[in-house]
Order: sequence, then C-alpha cells, then structure tokens
Amino acid sequence: MASVSLVDVEKRYRGGVLAVSELSLTIADGELVSLVGPSGCGKSTVLSLLAGLETPSAGRILIDGRDVTGSPPAERDVAMVFQSYALYPHLDVAGNLAFPLKLAGLGRAEREGRVREVAQMLGIEALLERKPAALSGGQRQRVALGRALVRRPKLFLFDEPLSNLDAGLRAQMRSELKRLHARLGATFVYVTHDQVEAMSLSDRVVVMREGRVQQVAPPAVLYGKPANTFVANFFGDPRINLVPPRILGRPEHPAALLGVRPEELELLAQDAPGTQPARVELVEAVGPESWVTVELDGSRLTARVAPGSEPSPGEQVWMRVREESRLHAFDARGERLETP
Amino acid sequence: MRNLTRLGRVLAVAALLTFLLGPFLWQGLTSLTPEAELGGRGWPSHLTWRAWAGALAREDFLWSLFNSLVVAAATTCLCLLCGAPAAFALARLPVPGRGLLLGGALAVSMFPPIAVVSPLYLVLQQMGLLDTRAGLVLPYATFALPLTLWLLTSFFRQIPSELYRAARVDGCTPFQAFRWVLLPVSGPGLATTALLVFVFAWNEFLFALSFIHSPGRRTVPVAISLFAAEHAEPWAEIAAASVIATLPLLVLTVLFQRRIVAGLTAGAVKA
Repeated sequence: MASVSLVDVEKRYRGGVLAVSELSLTIADGELVSLVGPSGCGKSTVLSLLAGLETPSAGRILIDGRDVTGSPPAERDVAMVFQSYALYPHLDVAGNLAFPLKLAGLGRAEREGRVREVAQMLGIEALLERKPAALSGGQRQRVALGRALVRRPKLFLFDEPLSNLDAGLRAQMRSELKRLHARLGATFVYVTHDQVEAMSLSDRVVVMREGRVQQVAPPAVLYGKPANTFVANFFGDPRINLVPPRILGRPEHPAALLGVRPEELELLAQDAPGTQPARVELVEAVGPESWVTVELDGSRLTARVAPGSEPSPGEQVWMRVREESRLHAFDARGERLETP
Repeated sequence: MRNLTRLGRVLAVAALLTFLLGPFLWQGLTSLTPEAELGGRGWPSHLTWRAWAGALAREDFLWSLFNSLVVAAATTCLCLLCGAPAAFALARLPVPGRGLLLGGALAVSMFPPIAVVSPLYLVLQQMGLLDTRAGLVLPYATFALPLTLWLLTSFFRQIPSELYRAARVDGCTPFQAFRWVLLPVSGPGLATTALLVFVFAWNEFLFALSFIHSPGRRTVPVAISLFAAEHAEPWAEIAAASVIATLPLLVLTVLFQRRIVAGLTAGAVKA
C-alpha cells in the first residue's frame, strides 16, 4: 500500500506541447482518486508519469516517500489496467496472469498459487487455458484486472478501464471495482472522462483541463461547490444553468454569472414573489423525471420536474431558485465567488 | 449482364495468371523438350527428363544450390538479427533523429550495386573475404538491411503501443518487452521480411559474379549463367536448372503463405 506525491510536476513533450503543468497532488494510502477531464486534458499523461512510462520535464514524484522521478516502471511496484486491456495475445489467460510474476522472479509453485487465487477471486478459473482472442470484452477486462491484482502492487493505475464495455457491463464492473478497492484497501488512481464513473467511484476527484488542475475535492464538494464554471459544467446531467444575474431577477448581484442546478430551479404555474416569467421551449421525459427547458431573454435554463407535472411547450411559467444558498456565483473569469 | 461481368472477371484473372505464370510454365516446358526440337514451333513430340538429369549431374550446379542456400539463409538470419532490434528501437523508443536514420537507410538501398562493385572488391580483398561465402553475406546484408528496417519498423508500429506499455509496467526492461511480448506477436512481419530478404539474396547476380572465382563456391544464378560458357548452348539444361532454382522459393512461399498474407494485410482490418 502506498501514498503518492506529485510535486510541481510538469510534462512537456518533444515539439513543445505542454501536457501537464504545475501539478501538485498528494494521494493518501488506500485512497481512490479519479482524474477526469475532456480528452487531451493531460489525465492519461499523469498516469504514465506515475507508472514511469514517461519522465516529467520538471518536478518530483514520490511513492511512499521514495523519490521515483527517474525510476523505470519495474522499480516502482505499480500495476496498470489499460483501456484496450493490452492482453498478450500469444499467451493464454494463465500465461498473461503469470507474466509479471515470472519477471519478478517468482518460482513456479508460487506463481501457480497466486494465479489460481486471483482467477478464483475474479471468477475466471474456467478461462485459464484460453487465448485472449477467444474471450469476450468483459472477460478480457477481468483478465486485465487480474494481471494487475496478481502482483499485489503498492499502487493501481486505471486508464479508462471500462470505456470499451457496453453500458450494462460497465455499471456492473464499476461497482465491482469499488468493492475490490474496499476489500484490498490499496491505493487506486483512476482516469476517466466519464463524470458518473468519477463521482460514483472516488474518494476524491481531480478535475483537469488543458494540463492544469481545476479542482481537487470529494465528489459532493465538486458538485456542491464547483471552483469554476468549467467544473460546474463538467458534473451534473443535465448541466448546471449558467446565466447572467438579471435572468434570475438579481440585477444587483456582483457576479458575472450565476449557476443554478436543474434540481434547484422551480417552475410555477402562476406568478409569485421572487419569480421570473419564462416560456417553455422543450420537454424531455427521461423516466423518473422530466427535463424542462425554458427560455427567458435569450437565455435557456433547464429544470428537473416530477413526471406528470410538466408544463407544455410554448406555455408561460414562472421560475425561481428553490434555495438561495445553493446558488453558485462566478466572476468574469469563471472563478467561484464566495457569496457572503 | 451479371454473367457478362462475371465472364469479364474470369478473363481478367486468366490474363493476369497467363502473364505471371506463362514464362515459368514455358521454362518448365522447355526443360522437358528434347534437345533437337528446341527453337521449333508447336508442342514437342514427346517430353523427356534428360535435361533435368543433365543439370542434376553437374556437380558445380549442385554445389551452387548448396552455396546459395547457405548464403541466402545466412543473409536472412543476419538481417533479422540486426534489423529486428533496430526496427523495434526505431518504432518504440525515443530515438533522436529517427527520420534521418530511416532516410539514411533508404538512401543506402538506392545505391546502384554496379557503382560499389569495385570499392567493395577492394574492401573484401583487404578483409580476406574475397572468394568466400561470408564475402557475399556481408554486402547482401548491407543492401537488404534497409528493406528489413523499413518493413519491420512499420510492422512494429502497427502493434498497439499499449502492449509495449503493459509489458513495461509489468516489469520488463525495453529489451525484455521486445523479446517476450513484441517478437512473439510479430510472426507474420518477420516471415514476410525473411522471405523478401531470402529471395533477394538468392537472386543476386552481380556481386556473386564479381567476388567469387572458385567454381565450388559459386551461387546458383552465376552457375546457371556459366552453363553456356562452351560452344554449345544447353538451353534445356539451363531451363531445368532455372526451374530447380525456383523450387526452394516456391516451397518457402507456400510454407509461409498464411503468415505472409496476414503480414501484408496486418492492421488493415480489426483483428
């Protein structure tokens, strides 16, 4: 088990592309931390830096207090699960699982014992003699996971491990990963572009954009107190409504933009104090709720509405914010303003 | 209409096959034609193995087959042994000046062999390799290495980089990753490259003619060309020897066929 520290890490690729800059982050022993952001934000580069597949251009990386900045992957005791699974096609499942153990110099008996143990844990004992080509996507995923587990490493790295699975299997594997993390108590660093995955799995989430960290916080804080409009936009489906203060009837408000989550926006059939009139533009029924998009003065806002109580498109409604304290204020640069 | 397109396709394939196989079949027919009827028109009155027997009775020719086999096999091994690790490095490691290196290799292969015959002759003489089989293997490998490098580099690049990265994280040094992960999945690429290098070395004529003097060390192309050295031109025997010289390549190709097809189309479709 291990703690991880990144200190002022920067990665500049040949050709000058800045992939990661000014990254400082400490991950506690046993923590599950996700790195999220749009593609090209540098999250996968951070993983490569931790694994030792890339060397930082500046800064230091410590695992368990030991400086590993220049160490090759073999000296870091880190396992990684790849998006494409990266199983060795010429080896059968048992061979794939035993491969890292062989490199570590473990004897045959020990190798076989560990392979059997992991295969049992993941329910892939029946597949041990199959080649990767003869496995389904979900089975390959398990083998890839097993190849990481079998080493009992200090640190697990996951590079979008679920994104090649179909939706049903993805949800199942997600909860399985979470259980696994609880059971192993190991440190997990998890890269994904999926906000739901990041929120549901993580102790803390690191939001990245263009190589820079935007916010590091537990999921509830990211959602409840986003540090800037980028983070506010990234989490939540449907997205947060970001509008000029006057749209919400607060022309005096010092913020450049006010944010209100769709569940905090209330739509009324009649005028009432503190409401703003708006016109219903679109109603989307998604099952347990409906998303109603209204238009006011060129701004569009979405509200979550209980099914059965939606207004009809074209109708006039009056909207208001349910709770003042849940209003997010951002300055002209998009940074959060702490409302007094 | 549909039948017409089909007929057209059949004719096109037939024409192509005639174009490719025609000379070879003609050669085979010539080797079986009685000496007296050579140069005549139409089918021979009967077929005879006499020319084959004559060619196989020549001790020099049999030696040349052996020599060619040794030289071509050694060239192929040398090329793969040097070329595969180099190509891996060019494909996966952060080698500075990669483009320059590959370009330089290409430039080497562009040299017309005739331009380097004399300098090479002197070099081999200095090294004491003149009139030896090793003296052929070295220049052959020099000229075949660029091809090896290009083919294998592009082949290694097609292997998903995550496979290499996974091997590294699993504890491999770069060379171990090459040896235990990339090499075992490179069968088709290696087979294709090996065959092309082998064919090149097997067919080479100019260096073999210039650097070898002893009849017992000649390679097949030179040996066959010397069949006609006296006043008579034994066309049937030359044809028979040519067919015999083609057979090893044919066998190799058939043997590797499935892997080569995979090698030529690797990456074209999802596995």
